[in-house]
Amino acid sequence: MSKPKKMTLSRKHNLTGWVFLAPGALLILLMSFVPMVRALLLSFKTGVGAAMKSCGILNYTRMFQDAVFVQSIKNTFFYLIIQVPIMLVFALILASILNNKNLRFKGLFRTMIFLPCATSLVAYAVIFRSLFANNGIINLLLVNLGILDQPYSFLTHTWSARIVIIIALLWRWTGYNMVFYLSGLQNIEYSVYEAAKIDGASAVQTFFKITVPLLKPTILLTAIMSTNGTLQLFDESVNLTDGGPANASITMSHYIYNMSFKYVPNFGYAAAMSFLILILVAVLAFLQMKVGDKRD
Amino acid sequence: MYLFLCIVSFISVFPLYWMLSAATNKSAEVVAGRLIPGGYFFENLKNLLANQNVGRALGNSFKYAIILTVVSLIVSSLAGYGFEIYHDKAKDTVMSIILLAMMVPFVATMIPLFQMFSTAGWLNTTIGFILPTVSTPFLIMMFRQSARSFPHDIMEAARIDGLSEIRIFFQMFIPTMRSTYAAAMTITFMNAWNSYLWPKVIMTDATSQTMPMVVANLTQGYVTDYGMLMLAVLICTLPTAIVFFCLQNAFAEGITGAVK
Repeated sequence: MSKPKKMTLSRKHNLTGWVFLAPGALLILLMSFVPMVRALLLSFKTGVGAAMKSCGILNYTRMFQDAVFVQSIKNTFFYLIIQVPIMLVFALILASILNNKNLRFKGLFRTMIFLPCATSLVAYAVIFRSLFANNGIINLLLVNLGILDQPYSFLTHTWSARIVIIIALLWRWTGYNMVFYLSGLQNIEYSVYEAAKIDGASAVQTFFKITVPLLKPTILLTAIMSTNGTLQLFDESVNLTDGGPANASITMSHYIYNMSFKYVPNFGYAAAMSFLILILVAVLAFLQMKVGDKRD
Repeated sequence: MYLFLCIVSFISVFPLYWMLSAATNKSAEVVAGRLIPGGYFFENLKNLLANQNVGRALGNSFKYAIILTVVSLIVSSLAGYGFEIYHDKAKDTVMSIILLAMMVPFVATMIPLFQMFSTAGWLNTTIGFILPTVSTPFLIMMFRQSARSFPHDIMEAARIDGLSEIRIFFQMFIPTMRSTYAAAMTITFMNAWNSYLWPKVIMTDATSQTMPMVVANLTQGYVTDYGMLMLAVLICTLPTAIVFFCLQNAFAEGITGAVK
């Protein structure tokens, strides 16, 4: 008697579950997966609007002969390879210092280091653009200290423009990653550290033998997130250096934006380039997970 | 160690302090290196208001960000709850497909989304702003995790009392999970307020521009009025800074939320 009733009840619950998750799931389907497939189809076409026609893999071969796009790939990877490791190591060091129970003003330090996250990406890019401007305070300081004879135009020289972007990124995101590590460290019993101290382990040993291994999942996560974010870098390239000088600091997303909405629109070509980013994100995430697994 | 922390903290805070002091000084004084707040605030404000429609941009930004946050919280928490409370094999499979969407970079969907939305007539509309990010795998995962700690016996008791499933969600789940909602709210609001690429694509009309877009506009000229520019940056930063200071722990939980 009770069995069929239970069946209908669980079926009813099952259905309720689908109703609950339907709006969220459908939106992700329509706003992520459908456009992704459309971007793939678009990447094999050329032309504008209704006059688009198929062009095979032309867009894909073209991008590797496109000097600006190749430059944007190089720049993006330069930011990735230099900035992400420095940031993560720095965030890890800061988090392990702040995890010390005997440290005073811990909350204050945490808030101050975390504070850059309160600024919008456009806002901080504009602040750094002003700080490093010809008549900005960094130049003023360097000239007054006698390090420079005259203001150096950071944003119009190839390498300094790239380095300013890296400095800005470090400023904005180190505290953000530190928060991940701090929350990860809270899951580690503090007595482990105390025991290590009693056993005479140095701070460096504790860091490499306890903190890093136990935080490995979090480190992996932040590495994947930072890689993903760096490959999509846009706001900084637009508002800090405007991609300049002469596209020397432009990122892939910035170039794709220009190709779609600034120059004469070429959606097919832009879609092909954006698909390359998708593939890069997937491949790098896969590689990082593989490396992360291996060290177990 | 304290010295190191002080230096790092100084570097973290200095650009923001500089922004604050520049917003209250004359551009010439900013260039001369004045670091103490001055009395030029209202003059900068007057110039800014004459230069850009800040009121309208602020209104737009608040409208888009608040609507996005409210709708997003409802949609994502319903989904996370549905995935966890009524979970079975099929739903778990759907969930892992949804998680894959985390790996899809926004640039890869931006162009088709722009085409779809312009055909639908959603350029320069709130719905156009919110739809691509209203349901995110991150938030769904976060609410799914928190639903795991929602006590089952309370649910059973409520069912015996005759409460419908949707009322259990609204009357019991939402009030119990207040801290998760606070975390989700801060992170969603911040992201919505700060978003730049998508509004730049879809808000083609000056009347629908957001505050970050106005700040970016101000840097376009040849001569920069630093006082005015930094005041705009300050106005653009203030709402997120307030959220940050009032809900710092919720924000920290928000960014790390789905990890636990």
